Parts: sequence; C-alpha cells; structure tokens
Amino acid sequence: MTPVTVAAILGWCILLSFFALSAGLFLLGVDRKFAAHMQARIGPPIRQPFIDVAKLLQKENVVPANAIPWLFSLAPIIALASSIVVLFYLPVGSIFPVLGTYGDLVLVMYLLTVPALAMVAGGFASGSPYATVGAQREMVTMIAYEFPLAIVVVGVAWRLGAAGLAAPFTLGTMAANPIWTLVGPLGLIGALLLLLVLAFVTPAELSRIPFDTQEAETELAGGLLVEYSGRNLAMFYLAQGVKTLVLSAVIVAIFFPWNLSAFIAMSPWIALPADLLFFLVKAILVMFFAVTLVRVGMARFRINQVVSIYWIYLSVIGIAGLLLLMADASIPVLAGVGI
Amino acid sequence: MKLNSAFNRSLWVYHFNSGSCNGCEIEIVATITPRYDPERFGIKLVGSPRHADVMLVTGPVVHKMKDRLLRVYSQMPDPKLVMCIGACGISGGVFYDSYNLDGPVDEVIPVDVYVPGCPPRPEAIVHGVVTALAKLERLQGVKA
Repeated sequence: MTPVTVAAILGWCILLSFFALSAGLFLLGVDRKFAAHMQARIGPPIRQPFIDVAKLLQKENVVPANAIPWLFSLAPIIALASSIVVLFYLPVGSIFPVLGTYGDLVLVMYLLTVPALAMVAGGFASGSPYATVGAQREMVTMIAYEFPLAIVVVGVAWRLGAAGLAAPFTLGTMAANPIWTLVGPLGLIGALLLLLVLAFVTPAELSRIPFDTQEAETELAGGLLVEYSGRNLAMFYLAQGVKTLVLSAVIVAIFFPWNLSAFIAMSPWIALPADLLFFLVKAILVMFFAVTLVRVGMARFRINQVVSIYWIYLSVIGIAGLLLLMADASIPVLAGVGI
Repeated sequence: MKLNSAFNRSLWVYHFNSGSCNGCEIEIVATITPRYDPERFGIKLVGSPRHADVMLVTGPVVHKMKDRLLRVYSQMPDPKLVMCIGACGISGGVFYDSYNLDGPVDEVIPVDVYVPGCPPRPEAIVHGVVTALAKLERLQGVKA
C-alpha cells in the first residue's frame, strides 16, 4: 500500500465517522418522534438527541469512589469506537465499504459484540450492584441472540455460495446480488423467515424494549449505565445512535441492497447523494419496523424469557428458513430441472 | 459554571420520595402522560441520579430519609436543580408538628423551585418547570 492510499482510506474513515455520529443521532431523533406520534403525543424535535449530547458534554463527569477508574473511563471510548468501526465494513448507499476488502460479514458479526462487551466491562467496573446485575443480564442476552444471528448470516451466505458466486460472505457480493433475485418460491419464504429473525435480533443488540432487561429503567434504574454521567454517558449515547445506524445498515446490506442509481440514470455527482439519501430512507424504514413499532407495542420480557425466545423460538424459525433455502437450492438439481 | 441553551432544552428528571403520601407521585406520573407530553421540551424521567439534571423531591424529610436525600443529592453531577413538589416539602404540610420529621426539604438541601398544592395539579408542576427554566435563563444571562 502506498502512503497516498493509506491517507485516502484514513480521510474516508474520518468523513464516515462524522456521518455515522450525525446520522446515528438523527435516527434516534426520528425514532423518538415516531414513538411519540404513535402514542398521540407531539414528541421532541428531531434534533433532540443532539441537544441531549450537547447538554451531557457540559455536565460534570463523576467517577464513583469504588469504581475501577481506568476501565470505567475506557469502556465508553471502546464502545463508541468499535461501533463506528463496524460501519467501515458496511456499504453506505453506493459508497463501497472503505475497508470492505479486508473483512466480510463474519468479521462484522464479531465486531458487533465488541460494544456490548465494552458495556459489560464498564458495568462491572462501576462497582454498583445495579450495574453488576445489568452486566450479567447483558452477557446472558448476548449469548442468547448470537445463535439466531449466526443462522441468518450463514443461511444467506450459503444460498449465495450455492448459486455459484465466489466469496459469498463479502458484503460486496451481497450488495451486488440481492438474495431475493436468486431464490425460487421456497427460498423466498426462507429468506423472509431469516429477515424476521434478524429483525428480532435488532432490539436485543440495541438493548431496546422488549429486550432491554439489562438497562431496565424501572427495576435496575438504568442498569449498566447507572453510574455513568457527563462525558462518559454522552459517549454511550452516541454509541447507541451509531449502533442503531449500523444494525439498520446490516439489514439493508443483507436484504435490501438496492440503490437508486441502478434504476434511474444519473450523473455520478447526483447519484452519490441520491443513493445516500435513499440509504437513509431504507435505514429509517428498517428501524421503524424493527425497533420503534416493536418498542411502542410491547412490554419488556423477563431475562429467562429472553433466552428461551432466542434459543428455542427464533432458532427454530431461523433453522426452518435455512432448510427452506437449502431445499430451494437442491430440489431443482435433484429433479434435474434448472441449472 | 458555564451553561448554554442546550441545558434547558434537555432536562432529565429524577424523582425522590423523602416521605410523601404518594399523592404527589400520582400527579407527577399524570404530568408525564401524553396529555401534557413534557418530552416535547426534552424533559424525561431517568432512573439514576447520575443521569439527572433536576431532582423532584416530594414530601417532608423524615429522619430515615435525611441521609439518603443528602447522598442522592451529592450523587447528582453538577449543574443540578432541585424542585420541591407539594405542600409537605415546603412547610411540612399536615405533618408539620410530627415527631418523625427533620423539617421541610429546604432545611436539608438547597431548593430552586417550590410547587405548592396538596397535591399540586399537573398544570402547576408544568408551571414549576417553566419557572425553573426561567431561573436557568436568568443565570445564563448573568454569566454570559
């Protein structure tokens, strides 16, 4: 790699980080506005999360006496940084992922656990019983949702591989070949089931209702974040926004990778912002159905219910989807038609 | 303390019961219903004093709660406001001569806004918040 390409990649990364922070906060604002309208309220202005962060940054930053100071202050930085890094591997609009040649969807899956692990470390380092209970619940939730998430990733990639595409796990391949265009009727149902599973994993990743047992305002008084204030809390708030954007981008990248510029002929300078706007619209729609609608319509599950929902119900649905995708690929071969 | 206008458009509220009869609590919950919707001004209830900008104190301060009130108050990060909701917190109310009292709230921690009533109506609590915002703006005007 020449120094020029390194500088170009770094420049893109910085630009993309600013985009991730502002778009993430924007998504949180849209989420609160939608939720308010569904409850017959006017709701906060869409820029409310920006105001909240500006306020948190001017508050005092308290480190509790019985916390482990370096880990307590390091956790929010790791959470924010790692959630931004995930976006470097995901396609945003028609922008090819900056580090897309260095990692694929499996890496994204691993990176998605890092912010949660940072929150667990921060919770244990807080030295508060509420935060400790919250950290334990967060770990249980992580163990619960990883399996259905892995089924979705493997299922989609396997179907792409069965269709004869090279490197099915890379996001470039997924973006170029939407799963819906490859499958027959059986696979269509399978892919829909996998989409449903991924949509149900999203609230747990973001620790939103109905899977927010680890932050449970009413029982744990904020759970993991109970001792955080000021700048550290602002960083967790930003990480929450970026994670919302990243999870929407993952669903968009796997299941809805279409771009506006592929349908309508545009000059490159219009195509880039148009695709970016179209990506934001898709992200808002995904977030509305996977997060906002669910959190307004449902109450919180108990932690033992969370585990059985992911390990039993959603895993069965996911495996059914996987089997349907496999049947979709193999039945034409067995019957001697197609291919 | 330097404050800018982001502070008074994003007040996070923590509620502390220092010995109230639960009348004021019911009215506070009524205040955050969709009918009044304080979230449109950025106001939201939080569960931890570490996240809070405003503490709502209801009820007179009983012996057992004095230490707790002082500890929770010192756990809130600066800058912070205290709103005293209801007649009991202002004067002791019907419990004014009780053997069990350490006095009204402002003998224990500094109070910024008083909301009288037994219990105060939600409109009164909203007016109390507006008074708190006016006080913040006055402070910012002095500092700026």
